Amino acid sequence: MDYAIQQGLNALAFGSEYALIALGLALVYSIMNLMNFAHGEIIACAGYSMYLAILIGIGSPWLVAPIAIAAGALVAVLFERIAFRPVRHAPTTTGLLTALGVSIVVQNLLTLLISPRPRAVPVFSELSRTIFIGPYAISLLQLLELAVVALAIGGLVLFLKHSTLGLAIRAATREFSTVRLMGIRANRVIATAFALSGLLAGIAAIFIIARRGSIDPTFGFQPVIKAFIACVIGGFGSLGGAVLGGMLLGFLDVAIIVLLPQEYGGLRDAIAYSIIAGLLVWRPEGLLTRRIELGDKEI
Amino acid sequence: MLSVNRLSVHYGPIRALDAASIRIGRGEFVALLGPNGAGKTSLISGIAGLVRAQGRVLFEDREIGALPTEDRVRRGLTMTPEGRHVFANLTVAENLRLGAAIRRDREGVAQDIEKYLGLFPILRERNHQLAGTLSGGEQQMLAIARSMMSRPRLLMLDEPSLGLAPRIVAQMFDYISLLKEAGVTLLVVEQNVMQALKHADRAYVISSGIIRHEGKAEELRSDRRLIDMYLGN
Ligand SMILES: Nc1ncnc2c1ncn2[C@@H]1O[C@H](COP(=O)(O)OP(=O)(O)OP(=O)(O)O)[C@@H](O)[C@H]1O
Ligand SMILES: [Mg+2]
Repeated sequence: MDYAIQQGLNALAFGSEYALIALGLALVYSIMNLMNFAHGEIIACAGYSMYLAILIGIGSPWLVAPIAIAAGALVAVLFERIAFRPVRHAPTTTGLLTALGVSIVVQNLLTLLISPRPRAVPVFSELSRTIFIGPYAISLLQLLELAVVALAIGGLVLFLKHSTLGLAIRAATREFSTVRLMGIRANRVIATAFALSGLLAGIAAIFIIARRGSIDPTFGFQPVIKAFIACVIGGFGSLGGAVLGGMLLGFLDVAIIVLLPQEYGGLRDAIAYSIIAGLLVWRPEGLLTRRIELGDKEI
Repeated sequence: MLSVNRLSVHYGPIRALDAASIRIGRGEFVALLGPNGAGKTSLISGIAGLVRAQGRVLFEDREIGALPTEDRVRRGLTMTPEGRHVFANLTVAENLRLGAAIRRDREGVAQDIEKYLGLFPILRERNHQLAGTLSGGEQQMLAIARSMMSRPRLLMLDEPSLGLAPRIVAQMFDYISLLKEAGVTLLVVEQNVMQALKHADRAYVISSGIIRHEGKAEELRSDRRLIDMYLGN
């Protein structure tokens, strides 16, 4: 029983991390038709901001965490301003290549300016504790992660439902020119979507750091690949789909670890991807599909 | 109020609009008529800044040709695009709210929402329904009300009667005339020539990207030759 609860919580924690990153990808994709492969570098930059904060003597996790979130949002907005805005009206492949370019450049910069080797970021070590709820031993970190992700998603939903910019972001997923006809600045809508995606990436970075304790320049790569798969499972561009896909992927990961006999451990990814491939044969467009129309995105 | 001087629009090698000049006075209801592919949408999209255009656009004596669409709307010039383009994944209420995005006067916005829900009672009934689930006529009403929420002084409507049943078309023109009475200047693109000429003050006729004729709506209505040449069915 204890074991089942522990693994269930594991799955939820993994799933919510994937969901958070996938939501960031989906937000940007849904309004710009841009698959932002540089999202991993936003996570990495948020991670390094924590490393730097500690270097200059900011040691409290209560300060370091907000710094990471702000850094995520800031870096995402900078990427948009510097790299993506100039190619906004270019064909989709141009955006994709730009994102890959940004990703490589930033990884190299981090390697050059800081170090190719992992650096310790020990700020959240206190969170790696086990607490007892009744008779159950539960990881404090995972519990916190679940709570924070739930809050972040709840906040995002409120923003998208009630603020004017949030409404504009939802409207822009289908009718970008018409949003501009409301007098709403296209640049603001896009910058806000990037900022939100960076904010979520910053939160994800905190929990990845808390789990790993260290950071290196390729820090964001693995999580973004997972999030990308989560988006594909959920239906690309659908925000609900990103969350659902992330959660499913978390459960799949944990289920395979739990059910697969130890000697077949090397097959973990192969099995996971086979199941996902099967899922996509059944529903090629993802689980929560919404066709995205991009016909009016010129100018 | 609006003065467009030798405006041209190209799509690659295609010249959709060729040095078109039009003028609209304050409070006028002007119809823009012409066959399919004449360049009507290109002209008003050029005025709204949605497509790249060469030439001069003066709105209330200010050159606005270099401004992005958003800034033209903020100055009081807006357009309801062809085919309505309501925000299908938002509710009717959210559509109207976004229409008022540039306004800061909360009370005025609330009053205007009441006003248009009063004018189009069906929208009140459907207030919390997704706009994509409305019928074509209801979507057109919503699109017009949404444009009005920004309090434009010049409203350009692109084929407001497109795809509507004849009875609804007449109703739509009545609504549009109400907007004129409320003081909005109107430029309305129409295929429904006779209905448009019945309500408009003045009309331009365009074909193959060139303005062919300009005149009083009444006079044009009785000009069989012109109607047969450019607007006949
Ligand atoms: N985005 C575009 N790319 C290429 N050509 C275009 C584009 N939009 C319009 N055209 C062409 O420009 C010409 C004028 O089109 P426009 O849409 O302005 O006509 P219209 O008078 O509004 O026609 P309709 O009554 O059918 O709406 C047409 O020949 C059309 O094929
Ligand atoms: Mg047209």
